[in-house]
Amino acid sequence: MAHDSHQQVSAEGTPLPSFNHPISVTTLLATFAALVMFTIVTVVVAKSLPMGRFEIWVSLGIATVKALLVMLFFMHMLHDKPFNVLIFISGFVFAALFMGLTLSDSEHYQDDIRAAPSFEGAQTTPILARGAEE
Amino acid sequence: MATAEAASASEGHGSDGHGHDHDHGQFIAHHFTGPRQQYDSCKLGIWLFLVTEVLFFSGLFVAYTIYRYHHPEVFEEASKFLDTRLGALNTIVLLFSSLTMAWAVRAAQLEQRAVTTRSVLITIFCATVFLGVKAVEYSHKWGLGIFVAYFFKYDGAHHGDTNSYLTTLSIVPGICVVVCAALAGIGMATGKPLSGKFWGALALGLGGYFAGVGLGVGYEAVFASEGESHAEAGDHAAPAEHAEGDAHTEAEHEHESTEALVMDPSSDEARNLGLFFSIYYFMTGLHAFHIIAGVIALAWIMNRSIQGHFRADYFGPVDYVGLYWHLVDLIWIYLFPLLYLIG
Repeated sequence: MAHDSHQQVSAEGTPLPSFNHPISVTTLLATFAALVMFTIVTVVVAKSLPMGRFEIWVSLGIATVKALLVMLFFMHMLHDKPFNVLIFISGFVFAALFMGLTLSDSEHYQDDIRAAPSFEGAQTTPILARGAEE
Repeated sequence: MATAEAASASEGHGSDGHGHDHDHGQFIAHHFTGPRQQYDSCKLGIWLFLVTEVLFFSGLFVAYTIYRYHHPEVFEEASKFLDTRLGALNTIVLLFSSLTMAWAVRAAQLEQRAVTTRSVLITIFCATVFLGVKAVEYSHKWGLGIFVAYFFKYDGAHHGDTNSYLTTLSIVPGICVVVCAALAGIGMATGKPLSGKFWGALALGLGGYFAGVGLGVGYEAVFASEGESHAEAGDHAAPAEHAEGDAHTEAEHEHESTEALVMDPSSDEARNLGLFFSIYYFMTGLHAFHIIAGVIALAWIMNRSIQGHFRADYFGPVDYVGLYWHLVDLIWIYLFPLLYLIG
């Protein structure tokens, strides 16, 4: 990997402490180039390839690749403590839980919403209406 | 993993006693055993903060997902009002600012102070360019009557004056630039060159806002005809009567809107578009708010860099602000395809 070129001395010639891992300029520029490339790819793909309902998954897949590049290189995750990485990833796990549970719940209430005869009708059947509202 | 290597390497060259042998350093708090422990503790703190940020934004992502899941057609319709090229331009500006931020961290680690200052300045400049382009996008929509749900009154005609919205948005950045320039002048005149240098650099950085506005306005002037066809595409979507008629139904029974939509999908497009734009404004607005907070944090870093505070064993603040900045970039990386690249 490109970050192998460790500079062990600072500009003033003193050795770097062990927790100091500068990322090489080559790695930074390569990461940026890849990010720009993926941005162009995602625009071209979304605008010119008819993919219907898969489009969002392709877009999100490319976004995730970009996010990983930013995390691994710009956010120095490759050099960070595994515990810090675990903490950050756990944030996404809880966000996914939040998303998943809310989505399944809303799907559940859609049936009630569709079953409600009308707004006026719903008012005469308060239980159904409450289900539709929440 | 690279981290494990790093840990064993640290044992190797004997700096594990952390700083007791050399001077404790101006910015190492006394309750830490040394620079390394302070750095590790702060880093843990910033990662925890970033987790709260992810969860903070996730509420809006959940709102987006649920609304799109149930009403995909609204998103396809509404996305026509967003300019993909301006969005892509802003994405690249933000990615570039992430590059310069990562470069600033590297330079701070290597004690290249001038490079750190300059990289942070470029990051601030890119941040404000982003805000300037965003201001052009917002004012363009406001000029068309595209607001959040309750105030949504798009009918294919121009409602308000786009330029006056843009001017209003530009007042605060304008004042900030003028104040910074004045403080730079005062700093120079009173023999405080470091302070003068900082405020001058900040005025330059904040001036990026006007570069962004220029970019956006120039872009819209060149592609004006295209903008019109976008407006026409959405024309049939929102006849004026609907927007007016639905306005108070919505005010009175806000939560029934989903129900009414399922009952009669074709009659509520204006309201649906308004709901999409509520999500759009809150997601991009909260993101823009984070950019502004980031600019303030970056200004602090730039000042400390000018003062020469950072050393090979004390570069933490640059790193922490950098992590925050990259997170703001990460969020935009998802917002861009989700909002601009539909249909």
